[in-house]
Amino acid sequence: MYAVRRWVVRHSRGFEMIYNAFEPVIARLDPLWRSVGYARAERPVAKVERAIKGFLFDCKMCGQCALSSTGMSCPMNCPKTLRNGPCGGVRANGHCEVKPEMKCVWAEAWAGSQQMKSGKKIHVVQKPVDNRLRDTSSWLRVVRKIAEQRAGQGEQK
Amino acid sequence: MIFDDEPTPGEGLPILPGHVSPGRLERVLRAGKFAVTTEIDPPDSADPDEVFKRAAIFDGYVDAINATDGSGANCHMSSVGVCSLLTRRGYAMVMQISCRDRNRIAIQGEILGGAAMGVANIMCLTGDGVQAGDHPQAKPVFDLDCMSLLEIARGMRDDAHFESGRKLAVPPRVFLGAAENPFAPPFEWRPHRLAKKVAAGAQFIQTQYCYDIPRLKAFMSQVRDLGLLEGPNRVYIMVGVGPLASAKSATWIREHVPGVHIPDSVIKRLAGAEKQKAEGRQLCIDLIQEIREVEGVSGVHVMAYRQEEAVAEIIQSSGVLEGRVPWYPGRDGHPGKQKRETCPAH
Repeated sequence: MYAVRRWVVRHSRGFEMIYNAFEPVIARLDPLWRSVGYARAERPVAKVERAIKGFLFDCKMCGQCALSSTGMSCPMNCPKTLRNGPCGGVRANGHCEVKPEMKCVWAEAWAGSQQMKSGKKIHVVQKPVDNRLRDTSSWLRVVRKIAEQRAGQGEQK
Repeated sequence: MIFDDEPTPGEGLPILPGHVSPGRLERVLRAGKFAVTTEIDPPDSADPDEVFKRAAIFDGYVDAINATDGSGANCHMSSVGVCSLLTRRGYAMVMQISCRDRNRIAIQGEILGGAAMGVANIMCLTGDGVQAGDHPQAKPVFDLDCMSLLEIARGMRDDAHFESGRKLAVPPRVFLGAAENPFAPPFEWRPHRLAKKVAAGAQFIQTQYCYDIPRLKAFMSQVRDLGLLEGPNRVYIMVGVGPLASAKSATWIREHVPGVHIPDSVIKRLAGAEKQKAEGRQLCIDLIQEIREVEGVSGVHVMAYRQEEAVAEIIQSSGVLEGRVPWYPGRDGHPGKQKRETCPAH
């Protein structure tokens, strides 16, 4: 919902803290995901993720969440699905060229990023969307990556 | 400027050390000359002569010509088609690629095709939304954005591979450009966004229309402070200008064309003039002369939509070429090439 997502961006710092607390918790559940099987966990987790992130961010389930790099403003709500910043068409009042009634997703992102600890991540060039990941869980992907990195470090030791 | 290694029209110049392309625009910019580019109005026609005619009116006044890619989301002859015709005659082209109409498979194919035809400059754009043009019912693609397009194009050139990682036998030798709009919000982010584009591979910038010199100066000073105009990966900034036909059309553009900012003072000046069209051209000349004095600016990009015939006169009157005659077919007496068409101002 538009009003909710704008409220979230205004409180981007708080949501950054919540996520930073949440990530290690689901990462620690790696043995659980593995015993269920990441593939089998995919559908229920994606369903929960869609419900929560859909409500908060108007998440479009691109499957490669960039919220921590975009001031908690979901770039997939940009009508041009830009992943790297605003286009040149932003109106003088900061609204969208394509949808004049909507505030530019990237003008919001900039404001949100300025409150966040990891705000500098907005300057890093994002890769284009991998369309194969659409409708899959970003959370599980992140968790799996963390677990694999840990396992890799364990082997090195 | 005349290069002593001028190639046969249609063939590239030798690539100099530290250069990435065989093109004239990169040479002019790196030589520190004030560069001038313009935009050809692509015809709604399949007639090649129309393209040659529309290019010839710029002969002797511009260092490169942009071929637009469905600008304003309106359908015209493709940028690749216009470039194909004009590179044959030896024109230095800036091939615009917009992310609106094609996915990454089509775009990477066009980069190779363009470079093979002799396109030495590629301008990576996001593109206007389809709602702005004559086919609002079309599907917007936006598989890439201008930044990821820049990064992919640079990867093709410097690392000789597609986004997929598949190898290229011969990479495209292209000078990479991008757009920037210092006149649209969020203003404080615009210089940083430019830095991001440079990090993604942009080597030259053509800005949106500039009618607000103080805003340009503020932007340029931040760009300089970010160090973007120094070092081997420096960026060359060409500022967009264009003549306004009347106060009425300026007001319309301000209200309807996304991203164009025209201050009230400009509209007042036009409205107060007896001959508004002439005043619009004079304003454009004045702006070019002011822009040239802004520290760090490397050139101007003249976009004279539906006033293309005025470009030569505007550049001539502005004096920015300082007597330099940019290449055009027949300038150095190449056999079998077009005769220079006289411009109405001379």
